[in-house]
This record gives sequence, C-alpha cells and structure tokens, in this order.
Amino acid sequence: MNHWLQKQRYIIDFTISSLLRRKVKNLGLLALYSLIVFILASTMFFTYSIKKEAALILQSSPEIVVQKIVAGRHDLLPVSYLDGIKKIRGVAKVESRLWGYYYDSLVKANYTVLTPPHEVTETPTESKKPVVTREAEAEIKPLFDWHGTKLESGNLIIGNGVARMRELGKDDYMPFRAHDGTILNFKIADVLSAESELVSSDLLMMTEDDFRKLFGIEPQFVTDATVVVKNPSEMGMIALKIKERLIDSRPIIRDEILRTYDSIFNWRGGMMIVIFSAAVLAFVIFAWDKASGLSAGERHEIGILKAIGWETGDVIEMKFWEGAIISLTAFFSGVIFAYIHVFFAGSPVFEPALKGWSSLYPNFKLTPFVNIEQLTTLFFLTVVPYTVATIVPIWRAATIDPDTAMRNTGE
Amino acid sequence: MKFIGLEIRNSSLFFLCLLTQVVVLALLLFHANVSENTQQGNLAEKADLVKTWQLTDLCLFTEARYTRHLSQADLNTTFQDHPFSFEHFPSGSFTQPYTELGQ
Repeated sequence: MNHWLQKQRYIIDFTISSLLRRKVKNLGLLALYSLIVFILASTMFFTYSIKKEAALILQSSPEIVVQKIVAGRHDLLPVSYLDGIKKIRGVAKVESRLWGYYYDSLVKANYTVLTPPHEVTETPTESKKPVVTREAEAEIKPLFDWHGTKLESGNLIIGNGVARMRELGKDDYMPFRAHDGTILNFKIADVLSAESELVSSDLLMMTEDDFRKLFGIEPQFVTDATVVVKNPSEMGMIALKIKERLIDSRPIIRDEILRTYDSIFNWRGGMMIVIFSAAVLAFVIFAWDKASGLSAGERHEIGILKAIGWETGDVIEMKFWEGAIISLTAFFSGVIFAYIHVFFAGSPVFEPALKGWSSLYPNFKLTPFVNIEQLTTLFFLTVVPYTVATIVPIWRAATIDPDTAMRNTGE
Repeated sequence: MKFIGLEIRNSSLFFLCLLTQVVVLALLLFHANVSENTQQGNLAEKADLVKTWQLTDLCLFTEARYTRHLSQADLNTTFQDHPFSFEHFPSGSFTQPYTELGQ
C-alpha cells in the first residue's frame, strides 16, 4: 500500500512539473475551467436559494385572489361581486384589496401603491346604511397598525428601496400628482426594513381614502379580492365555483403563485443558462481538443517515458492525475468563488440581467440554501467528463511504439 | 519546488492546496448552515409582511406591471406582441408562456 502511495506521489510530482512546462496553456485552461464552474455554480446557488426563499415567503400569500377580466385585461372588481363569493359554501373570509402602480417621473421608477386589506362583512345598501356624524366617523375610523406605526389619512409607509432612491426618511413629505392633476403631500410615517426589500422595496402603503383620492377610483370598485377557505384542500374546488358563479372573474390560487416562481428560476431553463451555454460549449470544444488531440510535444514526451521504462499503465495514471489536478482545482475554486459571489457580494454578475430596465432594484441578501446534492450534480457535470475525456485518447497514444512517438517531433 | 525557503515536493504542494480548498468549502457550507438558522427571523419578517399586506409577488422586476406582479399579470400581457416574440423588457425574458394557456 505504502509503495503504491509513494508511486502515485512520484507520478503527481512528475505530472505537475510537466504541466508547469506548458504553463501558459495549462493556466489558461485552469482559468477558463474555473470560470465555467463559477458561472454554473453561481446560477445554481442563486436560482435554488431564491426559489426556496420565494416558496417559504409566499407560503403566506393569499389562498385565492379573484380578479375581474374585461377583454383579456385585469379590470377593477365591483364590490358587489364580493357578496357572491362570500355566499359560496366553504369560503371562510373575503377581503378586498386596493392596489395599483404609480410612476414617479422624477426618478423614472414604478412604485406599487397599496392599502391595508379590508374584510367584507356585508355590503351596506342605501336603506341599511347607518347615519354617522363626522365626529363619530373620525372616532370609529379604523386605524391600521403596522408594528406600532398607525397608518392614518395623509400618512405613508414606504419601502426601503423608495426611501433610498428618493433619499427620504421618517417624517419627510412626499408629493404625488393625483388623477385630476392636484398635488397631494403625504407624510412618511415609517420606512419598511432593509431586510424585507425582496418583497417590499417599491411599496407605498396608504389608507383606502387616500388611495381613492390619488387614483380617482369610485367606492364601489376595488382592485381584486382575496379569499380564505375553510379547508385548504378545497382551494381548487372553491376557485372553480367562483369561476362558475362569476364568469368574468379569474381566480388565482396560491399554488399557481408558487409555481410561477418555481418556473422562472428553473436553472435548466433560465436565461442565464441560455447565455452561458455558449461559453460552456466553447469550453467543451476547447477541453475536447486539449484532451483528445495530443500535441507533438506530448507524444514525444510519452515516447521518451516509454523508452526509459514507463509502462502503458503508468502513462495512463500520469494523464489521469493531469486531468484530476486541473479539474479538482478548477471545481473547488469555481464553487468557492461562486458562493462568495452569490451570498457575500450580492450576485453582481447577474445583476444587469435581473435589473433589466428598472430604476428601482431591491438590495437583498439571499439566505444560503446550499446542499450536498447541488455540489454532487455540479461535480458530475464538470469534473468527471473532463477526467474521463483525458483517459481515452491517452490509451491510444500510450500503446504506440516509443520509437514512432519520438520521431514525430516538432511542437 | 522551493516554497518559503523550503524544498517542497510538487505533490505535497498540490495536496496542501486541495486540502485548503476543501477546508474553505467546508467552512462555507458551515456558514450556509448557520446563516439558514440565523436568517429565520428575517424570513419570518418577510412572511409576516406578505401575510398582513396580502402580497402575492417578490419585488424583483419593477420595470413593468407584468414583471412586477408575475403571478397576477394578464395571461396575454407577457407576450403581448406575439406569443413567441422577443420581450420588450429584458426581465420579461425570465417568464415563460403560461403552461395552461390552451386548456
């Protein structure tokens, strides 16, 4: 055993010396190989982590969202629809949502404006409507409390991305141009935490009254509705019943939301892979050429080794170690740099693609969800093919006559 | 090969480099494991925000309405020019045609 280990060490010593004789070529190969592993590993780490994080966070999203569709487009939902949904057997709660987009021409960014969800009990008809005085109305006006911050009329809670972009903070004022051209000034009551930017970067939260004033939406309309069902396993069935009862509606169940994010960041079908597949292909051609076609110098070297007493098995072992040294070094370097790139540096390589043309991009730090399965897949995709590719052509070269090999010189 | 004044064999240097890389990778995997536990609070905060405000999407692409709320977009807005046309917005390229479209 000891003898075998000693022999392998001598072969490795010789292999590294041989690699260093063709320093530029082999260092170039190592750098390119590491880059390919880095890109593949970064894509894998990024997509897996964001998919897992999306699945964990969006598990709390509404069970069913009901939209109204007019001519194939999302339209405002009449409040009267909500009573119809509430009457469906199995529905526990129906809430209306008011949300929309506001384009800020100052920073050329789109914000998502939303209001606290409003539970539907029963739509008051004119005859049933209680009479309330202005003072009493002010007293009973529901206040939305977000971690100790009261959301009142004229106030806003903004996402950290908006605050960063507009350089605004708590108690500052933010002007908006309403639908009728008037300017509305809102006081910032709070800024959402930087840690929550992945879901809240562009949010502007305001009261329902302010929202309606800003966008001119009549009280009998809301953007959409959310439904809580009594038995979560009946979600699909309830969605079907809603669709049957309200023909022009489009119910979206939570599973569809989760599936959307699962399909976007599918690393095998992602845009990054499409872009980098060209680089991978270039590497495959380069590695194949390097591994399968021996240069005249390498043939000469094999000829000399065989002439001085090396056996075919020794030459193959030497070439195996050559492949293993390059591929293992490239694999570990690529994976280590990929981890640092995705989880410490915030994926700057992917940022331009993810950012697209948006001015407002969230600063988020992904939770590192890495497992052995990912690393094993990557190992078998990169290290094993290269190492195997080096063995086959060497078998052919190692079995030729040393005299013939040494005569074909001229590298 | 000479390394810090010492004569060191190539194979020793290779195994030393390999060992260092394995140790660094093991430390990073340990970091992943620790971070996963320590970031549970952050994940819970985001989940709370999603639940309270009934959010449906991640805030990743704010450039267009159908990229901001991917799960809420109309079925035909993503590929509004043509079902197989190139996307106007770069991040629209991440989305795929709705799989249940023909059903």
